[in-house]
Amino acid sequence: MTKPIITFENVTKRFGKLAAVDDVSLTVNEGEFFALLGPSGCGKTTLLRMLAGFETPTEGRILIDGQDISNVPPNKRPVNMVFQSYAVFPHMNVADNVAYGLVVDKVGKAERDRRVEEALELVQLGGYGGRKPDQLSGGQRQRVALARALVKRPRVLLLDEPLSALDAKLREQMRTELCTLQEKVGITFIMVTHDQDEALALATRCAVMNKGVLRQVASPNDLYEFPNSRFVADFIGQVNLFEGVLAVDEPSHAVIRSPDLPVDIFLDHGVTGARGGAVWAAIRPEKIELHKIEGEAAPNLGDAPTGTNAIQGVIKHEAYLGGSSTYEVEVLTPNGGGRRIKVQRSNLTRWDQEDFKLGETVWLCWHACSPAVLLS
Amino acid sequence: MEQSWKQAKAVFAAALGPPLAWLVVFFVAPMAIVWAYSFGHNAGLTQIAITGTFQNYARAIEPLYLMIFLKSAWVAGLTTVLCLVLGFPVALAITFASDKAKTWLLLLVMLPFWTNLLIRTYALIAVLRTEGYVNMSLEWLWKGGGTLAALAGLKPFEPFQPLELLHNNFAVVLGLVYVHLPFMVLPLYSALDRLDKSLLEASLDLGAGHLRTLFKVVVPLALPGIASGVLITFIPALGAYLTPDLLGGPDSQMIANVIERQFKRANDWPFGAAMSFVLMYLTFIAIAVQGLLAKRTPEGRA
Repeated sequence: MTKPIITFENVTKRFGKLAAVDDVSLTVNEGEFFALLGPSGCGKTTLLRMLAGFETPTEGRILIDGQDISNVPPNKRPVNMVFQSYAVFPHMNVADNVAYGLVVDKVGKAERDRRVEEALELVQLGGYGGRKPDQLSGGQRQRVALARALVKRPRVLLLDEPLSALDAKLREQMRTELCTLQEKVGITFIMVTHDQDEALALATRCAVMNKGVLRQVASPNDLYEFPNSRFVADFIGQVNLFEGVLAVDEPSHAVIRSPDLPVDIFLDHGVTGARGGAVWAAIRPEKIELHKIEGEAAPNLGDAPTGTNAIQGVIKHEAYLGGSSTYEVEVLTPNGGGRRIKVQRSNLTRWDQEDFKLGETVWLCWHACSPAVLLS
Repeated sequence: MEQSWKQAKAVFAAALGPPLAWLVVFFVAPMAIVWAYSFGHNAGLTQIAITGTFQNYARAIEPLYLMIFLKSAWVAGLTTVLCLVLGFPVALAITFASDKAKTWLLLLVMLPFWTNLLIRTYALIAVLRTEGYVNMSLEWLWKGGGTLAALAGLKPFEPFQPLELLHNNFAVVLGLVYVHLPFMVLPLYSALDRLDKSLLEASLDLGAGHLRTLFKVVVPLALPGIASGVLITFIPALGAYLTPDLLGGPDSQMIANVIERQFKRANDWPFGAAMSFVLMYLTFIAIAVQGLLAKRTPEGRA
């Protein structure tokens, strides 16, 4: 199951002095839907283009099925790409577009026609062979690009920002379809995206890059719940970051004291690898509960000592998003300043959100297992 | 400026008036006069009687002149094809050059425009004539080879015979290609530069080599640019006057040289006028053909 299909070995790509990709080592396994995720200019596209053969690594090697392909030209590689602009040939009809790669491979006419129709059926464009690209919608053009790449039966399919040019509704639909398609054809997919939602929803594994460096490679779940750095925690989803020091660090529990919070953050596990100095507690907005209990008793959730993991604050901003609402709650810091904390709350009933209005005093609390501790 | 011209007729008239008057006085009126001349005959040394005769046109398509028309079209066609063959790789190279190099390369292509055509043509004469730079270089090489042959104990070479490079059809075509190459390169470049480069990458990605990519993707998509380059080269080449006059021999005169002779030495303005209009009609036909071709390949224009 975990047979490596692509290996990057210490790959560096420099454009002039700038290292677009800096010493990246990475393995993608057979059958994975792998996402390269990062802000624009992080080197993810360069990595993909090196895999396709449009760029050559300055240093390091790229292996496909154990074979070094670093210097193999793009037309001799067992990978195919779906371009961000789709790059559907405007002067050919849909069938000729899809057949292009097969004509190059000298596949016989009868088999070619069969495989083209098969590929078009696969992307739900059966019967569209005679259309010209300018008669198709953006989504349909993308399907043509997909069919054109898949009909070659590549070892790996590369997708460059596959959903970025589609409107929101279509994007949602295409996400599901890409997943289904990948399961159906069983080909390894590698996708480049700057959209974390897209990566989390589609990929079986993600690599997060920043400034040419690989920051973390993990499953979407692990990336979100167990980020390894402030960059990853902040890039994937929303997060509240509290800088502090480890006041207590026992194997069974730990306490982080932050100058940003009037209370300590209690953790139900010890921190490994901390060498003193600053640490950061990352708490996702949806993991903070919002309560309207009157009186002075802290609504601690019961898994932390009294006086930790619960604070009083005032709602300073609210945004109603339909399914949920997000709030910014200001709490008093020990030095008298204010610190806003992002909270997300599901609207469980139809009048739920009416309890939490702008300017109201509320209680925030979280479980002892909710904060992620970051050392960098 | 949402107004249409209908709401601001005075402004529109003021803006349009002067150039329109200019065109009427200096372009339409002279053309009309020449057109009228083409239906007349000489009625004295300076008098032209406009009689509505078609005799001049009948003479213009006599075999003698028809051959010159055909020959001009052939020379212009050859020039266009050579310009296309030479210009396409140049345009392609500029398209793929770095942004900095692009500016300089385009400048180099346009640089000859800033020099007078007459000077450029005389410079070409200096290169091509019997004692010109080409023959000088060849002679130097020939003598060097002869010396080497003598050293190696071989029979010495015959004395150097300079090549006849000037005052023939070769010189005319060479001169026309030289003058018109920028006309071809620039429209080709603008067509190729607009091409989505990911289309070329997609072709390579699908396994095609560079040649297949060139002929199956680049050329079909650059067709509108090729068509306008061909037209913009062919039309001035067809009416070329200075180049065949200076570089050509007695048998390489083109239609413009014949027309010039009618107006000057032969003093037969009506016949010159008729031939001018035949030339213009040929040009119109070329433009119409290009228009039809452009309509047939609409998707390449985006």
